[in-house]
Amino acid sequence: MSRVSLLSLQILVAIVTLALWYVLSSYPIFGHVVLPPFFFSNPIDVGNQVVAWFASGVIWKHLWVTLEESILAFIIGSIGGVGVGFWFARQPRTAAVFDPYVKMVNALPRVVLAPIFTLWLGLGIWSKVALGVTLVFFIVFFNVYQGVKEVSPTVLANARMLGMNERQLMRHVYWPSALSWMFSSLHTSVGFAVVGAVVGEYLGSAAGLGYLIQQAEGVFDVAGVFAGMFVLAAFVIVIDAVVSLIEKRLLVWRPEVTGSQA
Amino acid sequence: MALDDVQVAFRLAGGGTYTAVERASLRVADGEFVAIVGPTGCGKSTLLNIAAGLLAPAAGTVDIFGAPLTTLNRQAGYLFQADALFPWKTALENVAIGLETAGTPVSEARPRAHEWLKRVGLGAFGDRYPHMLSGGQRKRVGLAQVLIRDPKILLMDEPFGPLDAQTRQIMGNLLLDLWNADRKAVLFVTHDLEEAIALSDRVVIMSAGPAAHIIGDWQVPLKRPRDISEVKLDEAFHDLHRDIWHKLKAEVVKGYAMTEGA
Ligand SMILES: Nc1ncnc2c1ncn2[C@@H]1O[C@H](COP(=O)(O)OP(=O)(O)O)[C@@H](O)[C@H]1O
Ligand SMILES: [Mg+2]
Repeated sequence: MSRVSLLSLQILVAIVTLALWYVLSSYPIFGHVVLPPFFFSNPIDVGNQVVAWFASGVIWKHLWVTLEESILAFIIGSIGGVGVGFWFARQPRTAAVFDPYVKMVNALPRVVLAPIFTLWLGLGIWSKVALGVTLVFFIVFFNVYQGVKEVSPTVLANARMLGMNERQLMRHVYWPSALSWMFSSLHTSVGFAVVGAVVGEYLGSAAGLGYLIQQAEGVFDVAGVFAGMFVLAAFVIVIDAVVSLIEKRLLVWRPEVTGSQA
Repeated sequence: MALDDVQVAFRLAGGGTYTAVERASLRVADGEFVAIVGPTGCGKSTLLNIAAGLLAPAAGTVDIFGAPLTTLNRQAGYLFQADALFPWKTALENVAIGLETAGTPVSEARPRAHEWLKRVGLGAFGDRYPHMLSGGQRKRVGLAQVLIRDPKILLMDEPFGPLDAQTRQIMGNLLLDLWNADRKAVLFVTHDLEEAIALSDRVVIMSAGPAAHIIGDWQVPLKRPRDISEVKLDEAFHDLHRDIWHKLKAEVVKGYAMTEGA
């Protein structure tokens, strides 16, 4: 399928969905409306709400807050994950001691931590960042740990035969391998950073996309909820595109990445 | 280089041990090109790992230039059987790294690496990553990576094993050219008897495992410098090939019987 026909089909899906939504929520079929506007709003109202947000400029503040929380959660979680992942991979005994606790904390649904973080860190951005960090940390940690562990024994033996000392092994072998694993999970970890921020906002905050959705829900403003969801989806797609760009640059040496490009 | 009564035992996952090599003795003089031939799984790679100091023998001694080997063999360069290039480094960086680990500044190491890439016929491929190179090109980068360090001893483990017949011949001639320039001691493992005779000064035969040892040792009466395709037309080549094959055949059959029985 050519790019053009693929794109037109993709747009067609959006148009048909919006048209169906509009018709079913606005005109009675056999005497009753299939999608009552009170529960499903309609595309016109949702569109108007989105436009109003951007026109008045209120949305930028909320987008900025969510972006800030996501980025902080990603950076802090990644640094922690890389550090601990490296440490555990190079110290098997430490890893063995902590193993059951790591599994335990990771098994915990993070949502239950949100009230605790709010209690500790208040209603500001840091309780949302903390929630995001608990999600990002484990993804990065597991990948870095794996990356250090799964260095090919032949490559490692070669590195030693080429005269590398422990520090050089770290820099030229373990580090790139760990980073490649971390970057291969970049989409997931960035996605989770956003999830942490939005869920945190939803559960209690004064700004952000999650707050916006929660506020609209509180007054049964369904158009506002849908509008918030659309803005959030667009936000995630933009972030994902940025991540793809970064990934393509950083992992040029990986066959899969360049293979999918060609 | 001298290996005396070397024995290697592997601990098996299910308990018990597997004696791969037993009472193997081998001497390689300075500047001598020795080929080891044996059925697959007999312990050729194991013997090279011993000579490289990557594996410690359970019994016996390894002497390098008269001094017993206790750690990694710093005098040796090792071309591994499996892919051992750093996938996250370009061809040029892969070749240069062996100098950089020894403290050569990058600005000096890179031009010398480029020289070596030209010498193995890959001058224009310096910025390619390993996955963008063919199997034969990767082996040539590997050869440059090892030789740039100017090791006194060269260990090669079926370096041309996965390559097609033509590429093998080209690689063989390339190796002989490079070796002719400054005769290093070479220990060259192969399962291809013709290749062994065509390249080396001496051919050594290993028995099938377990407890593999050296069962035959032939001088190759062909004069140098040689061309691999021409040398194979020589009468002496055929006589020697017939002699050695007579002895080797029995071992290959035995080797098969072992793997079939397992
Ligand atoms: N780490 C290991 N643990 C157990 N057995 C091993 C190990 N490495 C090699 N072996 C066994 O030792 C024998 C010799 O292996 P190797 O030296 O790789 O043979 P080859 O002559 O094909 O290079 C084989 O039978 C192999 O199964
Ligand atoms: Mg082998």
